[in-house]
Amino acid sequence: MNFDFSDDQKQLRDQARKFLSEECSPKAVRVVLDGKAPYDSDLWKGLAEMGFLGVAIPEEFGGAGAGHLELCVIAEEMGRANAPVPFSSTVYLAAEALLIAGSDAQKKKWLPAIASGEAIGTLALFEGKGNPSPKNIKLAASNGVLNGVKKPVADGAIANFAVVAARTGASGRDGDISLFLVDLKAAGVEVKSLTNLDPTRGQAEITFKDCKAEPLGAVGEGWSILTQVLDRAAVLCAFEQVGGADRALEMGRDYALDRIAFGRQIGSFQAVKHMLADMYVSATLARSNSYYGAWALSTNAAELPEAAAAARISATQAFQHCAKNNIQVHGGMGFTWEFDCHMYYRRANAMALGLGSLSYWEDQLIDRMRKKNAA
Amino acid sequence: MNFDDTPQEAEFRAIARAWIAANAPKQYEEELRKSSLGRTQLKNANILEVAKAWQKKKAEAGWACLHWPKEYGGRGSSPIERVIWQQEEGPFGKLSHMFIIGHGMCGPTMMAFAREEHKRTFLPPLASGEKVWCQLFSEPAGGSDVAGLRTRAEKDGDDWVINGQKIWTSGAHYSDYGILLTRTDPTVPKHKGLTMFFLDMKSPGVEVRPIKQAGGASDFNEVYFTNVRIPDHQRLGEVNDGWNVSLTTLMNERMSIGAGVATGFPELFDYCSSLMLEDGPAIENAAVRAKLANWAVKASGLKYTSMRAISALSKGERPGPENSIGKLVAGSMIQDVATYALDLQGAAGVVSGPEDAEVAGRFQAMLLRAPGTRVEGGTDEIMRNIIAERVLGLPGDIRVDKDVPFNKIPTKGRG
Repeated sequence: MNFDFSDDQKQLRDQARKFLSEECSPKAVRVVLDGKAPYDSDLWKGLAEMGFLGVAIPEEFGGAGAGHLELCVIAEEMGRANAPVPFSSTVYLAAEALLIAGSDAQKKKWLPAIASGEAIGTLALFEGKGNPSPKNIKLAASNGVLNGVKKPVADGAIANFAVVAARTGASGRDGDISLFLVDLKAAGVEVKSLTNLDPTRGQAEITFKDCKAEPLGAVGEGWSILTQVLDRAAVLCAFEQVGGADRALEMGRDYALDRIAFGRQIGSFQAVKHMLADMYVSATLARSNSYYGAWALSTNAAELPEAAAAARISATQAFQHCAKNNIQVHGGMGFTWEFDCHMYYRRANAMALGLGSLSYWEDQLIDRMRKKNAA
Repeated sequence: MNFDDTPQEAEFRAIARAWIAANAPKQYEEELRKSSLGRTQLKNANILEVAKAWQKKKAEAGWACLHWPKEYGGRGSSPIERVIWQQEEGPFGKLSHMFIIGHGMCGPTMMAFAREEHKRTFLPPLASGEKVWCQLFSEPAGGSDVAGLRTRAEKDGDDWVINGQKIWTSGAHYSDYGILLTRTDPTVPKHKGLTMFFLDMKSPGVEVRPIKQAGGASDFNEVYFTNVRIPDHQRLGEVNDGWNVSLTTLMNERMSIGAGVATGFPELFDYCSSLMLEDGPAIENAAVRAKLANWAVKASGLKYTSMRAISALSKGERPGPENSIGKLVAGSMIQDVATYALDLQGAAGVVSGPEDAEVAGRFQAMLLRAPGTRVEGGTDEIMRNIIAERVLGLPGDIRVDKDVPFNKIPTKGRG
């Protein structure tokens, strides 16, 4: 048994960590946090040059052709650095949708552009309140023309193209949903930025008015493709969350060692020690669940739906828990704009919602476990 | 990343599987599979006798204490082979419960500190289950603070004379031998005046009194020592070096990986899958599903955490500190799971007799046994201290008695 990343993959993680510690310091993140740039475009170029954007994209489409385990270790480092770039929208959602359902021409058009950093992509799924469900998709597609509004769309304001989930039928079944590829610079697209919990990752409202779009995958297959895309993204996001949770835990631990109160390091008080120990517990559970998700993702195992849901829940809980209690360990200073704690708190809580909220994934997990037991 | 055996591991697994299939006491398999925390008896047999018979059979074929050297009754196996054996042994592994302390703690301590002749005499019958061992550390005045123990050992010629009381001794009532931590010098700070021995539990002056637990069962005992004589050659380690000896024992307790800790989750998932509530099957109720999902990811998180440790063993590496979370997570989880299972039963949840209760009262039994899991082998609070200090590198607790001679440490709180 080797339920661990290989030495090469660990080396890639070290390489990504070194690169991000140099190119994505908290100071750099703050440029985006303070609204001075919509994302860190220099970092984005750097990630492309390092080959990180296309690490799981096959060589024939301009990627490194490594694989999803390699993408997992990079994702962990992106989360740890709180990178202010559209990595998850472009790489986990748009690229994965193209890899699963794209025609050869679509792949040739967009995947090399993703790998080289020229194209930013996203998934336009949500339409206001609610979790992923065919019922919640109202945006209409007929004769290759889209009409409707998507919000929130992660990185929508900076994306070049979007995978849009649209309604092509009214039978009340999953087959009513189809996916479309839309060039966001095309006529009939209107984009508005939305103020959101995590300013280091933009959110937008996109209005499609008689907008021309080409189908991605067969008509009526949209929901089935989306489900696969969300599962794959859930595992990859889980690694970002694990990286963020670990960093928040480290920040709390370091502060507990440095800060003196009542004549002692505050990390010598059991109330603080035990809080940090509990953070370690959730971060460890999340890491182990995510490793299982990585195995299922990389081998395209039948267990992927269940493993992805478990990784999603566990990593969401861990990141929220660690980010929240990191502020608590820091006391009042943790609640200032000046300290970095709130950046992780914001990211943790935004990520908890991005692919559908915890309650949605809890429900999914039990469904999937039942299906497995029945089989 | 894969879950596959290496060719050697696969070969070992095949041999173990075949031997178990041919030799295990199959008639108890279903009952053992269904047994859970607080409910570990067999209906028509004495589980201790079944356990001893299975252990003896294993020993005769070379399947007892796999990682011990052959000359002491083991197989000389690698750590990963031991894990594979545990995986293959499955529900029959629950029969090893009465030997856990002897095999996991007493044996390794004997191996590290006993004389060669004693090792050759005492270890093989310990491995084969013919003799059962217990561990006599905890005292009324020394629970989490083990080094605060007060049982005295005084030198008298070639013997030591023991007086005092131990408590929470698992299985003392069926044990043949025990390892015993005593105070040999009360005039020095507490960690520096301890000495370890092993003794025959049938020695004159040893009295074992079972403790009736909150749940009604008796797994533990008080053990009283009145002028019990132990020859000096049964001393383990140097005089007054007992604390270091005990660390070896406790380290071995925490090294055991792969058996898997009980969380109660599989039992609860099964139960909810068949339970009907007023408005339909429990498993289709949103509130039930949310609870189940939260426990599911804890159970799977623990499972894959131990898989990571096993992978390290498979590569011949030392597992990381991750495994220290197991008992902490599982202990409070099984208590919460049992509480919730009863909640789902409504007023009927109060009925606990196996004949009348829901699913034979397994969750009621679990609830009543669960508080102990959060205390035994290191309380939740001690486990959190261990994680905070050894894994995260936070400062140790302030120990006001650290440099004080033991006999000058205050012994009373209020009043």
